[in-house]
Amino acid sequence: MNNKTHTLSAERRNKTILSVVLAVICVIYVLPVLMVLINSFKLNTFVKTDTFALPTGEMWAGMSNFVKGMTFGNYPFWKSVCYSVVITVLSTALILVCTSMAAWYIARVNSVFCKALYFLCVFSMVVPFQMVMFTLSRTADQLHLNTPFTIPIVYLGFGAGLAIFMFVGFVKSIPLEIEEAAAIDGCGPLRTFFLVVWPMLKPTMISVGILEIMWVWNDYLLPYLVLDRNLYRTITIHVQYLKGSYGTVDLGATMALILLSIIPVIVFYLTCQKHIIKGVAAGAVKG
Amino acid sequence: MKRKKSSGGNALTASTRRWALLFLGPVVAAFIIGFVWPFIQGIYLSFCKFRLVSDAQFTGFGNYVEALSDPSFVHSFWYTALFAIVSLVLINVLAFAVAYALTQGIKGSNLFRTVFFMPNLIGGIVLGYIWSMIFDGILSRFGTSILLNSRFGFWGLIILMCWQQIGYMMIIYIAGLQAVPEDMLEAARIDGATRWQTLWRVTIPNVMPSITICMFLSLTNGFKLFDQNLALTAGQPFIIQPDGSTIKTTEMLALNIYNTFYGSNAASPGIAQAKAVIFFILVAGLGLAQLAYTRKKEVQQ
Repeated sequence: MNNKTHTLSAERRNKTILSVVLAVICVIYVLPVLMVLINSFKLNTFVKTDTFALPTGEMWAGMSNFVKGMTFGNYPFWKSVCYSVVITVLSTALILVCTSMAAWYIARVNSVFCKALYFLCVFSMVVPFQMVMFTLSRTADQLHLNTPFTIPIVYLGFGAGLAIFMFVGFVKSIPLEIEEAAAIDGCGPLRTFFLVVWPMLKPTMISVGILEIMWVWNDYLLPYLVLDRNLYRTITIHVQYLKGSYGTVDLGATMALILLSIIPVIVFYLTCQKHIIKGVAAGAVKG
Repeated sequence: MKRKKSSGGNALTASTRRWALLFLGPVVAAFIIGFVWPFIQGIYLSFCKFRLVSDAQFTGFGNYVEALSDPSFVHSFWYTALFAIVSLVLINVLAFAVAYALTQGIKGSNLFRTVFFMPNLIGGIVLGYIWSMIFDGILSRFGTSILLNSRFGFWGLIILMCWQQIGYMMIIYIAGLQAVPEDMLEAARIDGATRWQTLWRVTIPNVMPSITICMFLSLTNGFKLFDQNLALTAGQPFIIQPDGSTIKTTEMLALNIYNTFYGSNAASPGIAQAKAVIFFILVAGLGLAQLAYTRKKEVQQ
């Protein structure tokens, strides 16, 4: 009895220690983001010398970093925000609609062509972007896919593999009887798909959608090479331009821009955290 | 029953086939534009000498010989391999430890999980700039910079990748750990196994599938790394070779290929494309090995 209470209290103590250790690691984890917040209000010269100090007194830059970052290089920041949103929303919507249709067809019609297409999709998942970047950006240019409104086609083509892989896996787990019942009740394939199958696909839709949103929103190289950079820049390209070129770098302004670019990401994460973690775990098979 | 099912399926299939163009058309067209055609053209161009694609001339394996005898490419290969292995070990050990701690039923597990996963959502370019500010903030006190010493560049990138990837791998490990049968752990406890023995003899063998997935994932992620590498050091510091060529000491494979295509003294895109094909074979080999492995496991189950 005595021994038991002893081990129990030891157990409780261990758990408390573990909680404290994890809490400390948590603080260290959040620190880099806090550093961005602090330094976005600091004058450029102090970012490098007093990185870890609060922006007080003469270091305080007010909103000047934000103004500088948003008006940098004669390219207004709000435009790149708009283009990022347009590209992400259009690409994700296009990928979800087109690949779910194709995946259902592939899973239900067992022809040689479907099998070959499925194999090609799985194959495309292991191909790194560098393999096709030169030829893909040329092809996209020739076909005028170099605007934010047409680049979703490129995303659909290069990103179809994972989406089809995940959708086919899910459709195969849906019992065929439901669709047969719909067919007997007089539904054609179109109505069967959109009214019967589509609602059942919802969990996979969310997983695929989140993976695609995270990929497209953060992607740098594909839009950088494909888009006409003088006219269209995404947020990531804008940040890279500010930091990566033109000699002297304004670190304060860069941090202000970075802060602006991660606020929507963090809001998105905190609002659909559960779905995001589930979706990422589901996509882990990708490799 | 079975017969009825298949005949019903066939009737459905037959009417579905008439809609093939609608269901498959958009994806097939985009897939050809975005993947199949660039891929085939890429393979072809890797065997060609050209400045403009329109006057490409077939040269056989010349580009591959030049790519493999390029010291900067060989350097970036070994650098990438070393990076991939070090990050693989560190990320998986730490991610497993965190996942194990979070499945012990402590208070605040959900909050910790939320925080540890957060860096995954931030893009590679932005991550690179955040960390380059932090590293330079520390190193400037010692009168140096992350761009001046390739050792700082290497470990800086390792720290960055750990920060980003531990949360991701942790999620996969937590799923694996939660699937370990409770009665097995109970049996080990009754038999008098210590916590350490239970971990090694019961828990780890049971989460082996998750461990394999995570190891392959971190290995391929390490090999494919580009954005973070570009933003953190972009290959600096550079070493000028006696023959006038430069070796970018912290340049990884993907960045080396990019610089061969688009860099300021880009030679011939044919050589860059040959490098890209070699890179593809490397990464695809790793990916297919993973696929074959997980499939074998599924069959066994």
